[in-house]
Amino acid sequence: MTAVVGASGCGKSTLLKLCNGLLQPDEGTVFAFGEPMDYDALPNLRRRMGYAVQGTGLFPHLKARDNITLMASLAGWSESAIDARLAELLQLMHLDSGLLTRHPHQLSGGQQQRVGLCRAMMLRPEVLLLDEPFGAIDPITRYDIHQQMLEILAAEPVTVLMVTHDMREAMLLANRILLMHGGKIRLDASVATLREQHPELEPEALLQELLRAQR
Amino acid sequence: MSFLRQVLVNTLAIVLAMVFTRFAIAQQPIAVGSKTFSESHVLAELSAQLLEAEGFVVERKLGLGGTLISYEALRSGELDIYPEYTGTLIRAVFNEGDLDESGLRQRLAEAGLRFPVRFGFNNSYALAVPQSVAKALDLKQISDLRSQPDLRFAFSHEFVNRDDGWPAVRSLYQLPQQASGIEHTLAYRALAAGQLDVTDAYTTDGELAVFDLELLDDDLELFPTYYAGLLVRDDLPPEITTVLSRLEGRLDEKVMQSLNQRVVTDGETPAAVAGAFLVESGLTKELQMQDSVLRAVTRNTLVHLKLTALALFLGCVIAIPLALGVARYPRLASTLQYTAGLVQTIPALALLALLIPVLGLGQPTAVLALFLYSLLPIVRNTLAGLFSVDPLLKAVAESLGLTYRQQLFRIELPLAMPMILAGVRTAAVISIGTATLAAFVGAGGLGQPIITGLSLNDHGLILQGAIPAAALAVLAEFAFEALERYAVPAHLRGS
Repeated sequence: MTAVVGASGCGKSTLLKLCNGLLQPDEGTVFAFGEPMDYDALPNLRRRMGYAVQGTGLFPHLKARDNITLMASLAGWSESAIDARLAELLQLMHLDSGLLTRHPHQLSGGQQQRVGLCRAMMLRPEVLLLDEPFGAIDPITRYDIHQQMLEILAAEPVTVLMVTHDMREAMLLANRILLMHGGKIRLDASVATLREQHPELEPEALLQELLRAQR
Repeated sequence: MSFLRQVLVNTLAIVLAMVFTRFAIAQQPIAVGSKTFSESHVLAELSAQLLEAEGFVVERKLGLGGTLISYEALRSGELDIYPEYTGTLIRAVFNEGDLDESGLRQRLAEAGLRFPVRFGFNNSYALAVPQSVAKALDLKQISDLRSQPDLRFAFSHEFVNRDDGWPAVRSLYQLPQQASGIEHTLAYRALAAGQLDVTDAYTTDGELAVFDLELLDDDLELFPTYYAGLLVRDDLPPEITTVLSRLEGRLDEKVMQSLNQRVVTDGETPAAVAGAFLVESGLTKELQMQDSVLRAVTRNTLVHLKLTALALFLGCVIAIPLALGVARYPRLASTLQYTAGLVQTIPALALLALLIPVLGLGQPTAVLALFLYSLLPIVRNTLAGLFSVDPLLKAVAESLGLTYRQQLFRIELPLAMPMILAGVRTAAVISIGTATLAAFVGAGGLGQPIITGLSLNDHGLILQGAIPAAALAVLAEFAFEALERYAVPAHLRGS
């Protein structure tokens, strides 16, 4: 997992939108899966990239189950394939299957977040794009979800690009950190290297230190 | 979603059934029309009931909005018969003041029409004075007014100003008096109250007897003649004309006055007055079955429902897809909204009048007008509903890999549904109200009793249309509320 960190307005979310074609670059080329991005075939490309955002972005008119399986049924998956994948994800996310018949507004914030992650993972994407996915969750729930996220990363062969302003989260989940400032990537380092260079610093202090070095 | 689809399918089935029933029962009845005023109603009822007594099936299209609408309806075949006046044909229709009888016949023949039956009275302009004044001053003809410079004159606004009205009377008869303008119905009351001596009248006004008025002879023959008769299509089967010709010469001015009076001041329906006259004069043996109020209300309500349901159905089927189609092009969307808004600003009567040359008279015109009026609320609400969808949800839908169509139909449309339904609801209520004007173009519905009631000053008749119309509007509100409860989950219903 690669975590993109930086202050608000530094271009983190823009980077993510360039990755899935919500935005097109003014100059330069975006490569997706090793090839220049084909803007005429975005839906297909995006189905290979899971996507989850802060505030969950669950569709309020669909039950939890339909939120998760919408893309799979549109992609023509069989019922049994959908059921099997769903069961797999519920287990990974520690979600009770009784919640599936509820609408998003009937779920707690943590449950909504988990459902959102299940939706992002449904099609077994090669890449997972996460935009502040745990931003709106209380610390206790967040700890649980972080643990489940680590389980998923261990269980599924997926490349994750996560935008966060929480350095602690980034150091916990990711193995590579991109520091953005003023719309540019200022630092690209592995978490192991950063820990080695600054063993004495807490993650927050480390982020401050790194940012100071950029000025 | 599946419920909505079911509702849609059912509505479609009902609408189609109604359309087909209409074709199935169309056994070519004889369409008898009338204009809005009571005399025209009575004459139309006389003809209609006489034909019914002879076993013909008659369709009444009474209370049409004006001479040109009635005339065009006859020419286009929407009507077969309606009462008309020679003077009106010469002046208002052909606009040739010097047309004589044979000239008129020729003009009508060119238009594919005939004027085969004359009732026997001349409903022309006249000057009326209270009987007491006439007796005291020995007034018999208009010339007698010349020697009475102190009499007070007031005429209806139209008559005061028309070249062939007061100015012509004054110069031909060399009258010394000045005249002011007054509301026609007020003039009679002013005469009765002694505040006024002379006003204009129609020679068959029902009020003449009520207010004890004397008509002065047009001794210099200034006013044109307005012989009443039946204007019919040339292709009307001769057996029908033969039946109608029994009405020839049956009504003189006095008889017509009394028939009008029974409607205008005694509150009888034109149908009842006509029916009684036919029996009294031996033209029919017994009173024709009168429509019961319940049957009339039911029939009018069903027609009303049919007009609005068809218009609303068309509105939904066309406006919603149209709005969905243009939603992604903001400029097109606002153009569509402006266009629909523009239609909305056309007064309903004007819109109906504009559509008559296109579709003729009858229900298609009314449905088209109602459909045009339903466009704005449906288009506006559909677009507003789509635009109000949370941009985050749109971005998520796009990011998940939904195609544009899938985003529209799976995400945006369901989320916009409450607002779309609200738009359809508004359109339904507007349609139910506006459809009362459909009677002006011969489409029937609940406007029929309202318009007839207005022109006959019959409050009961007005209520026969107004109450069911109001009830329909309220029912529509309830129905849509129920539909919303079923079709839209509680947490998606705004406020």
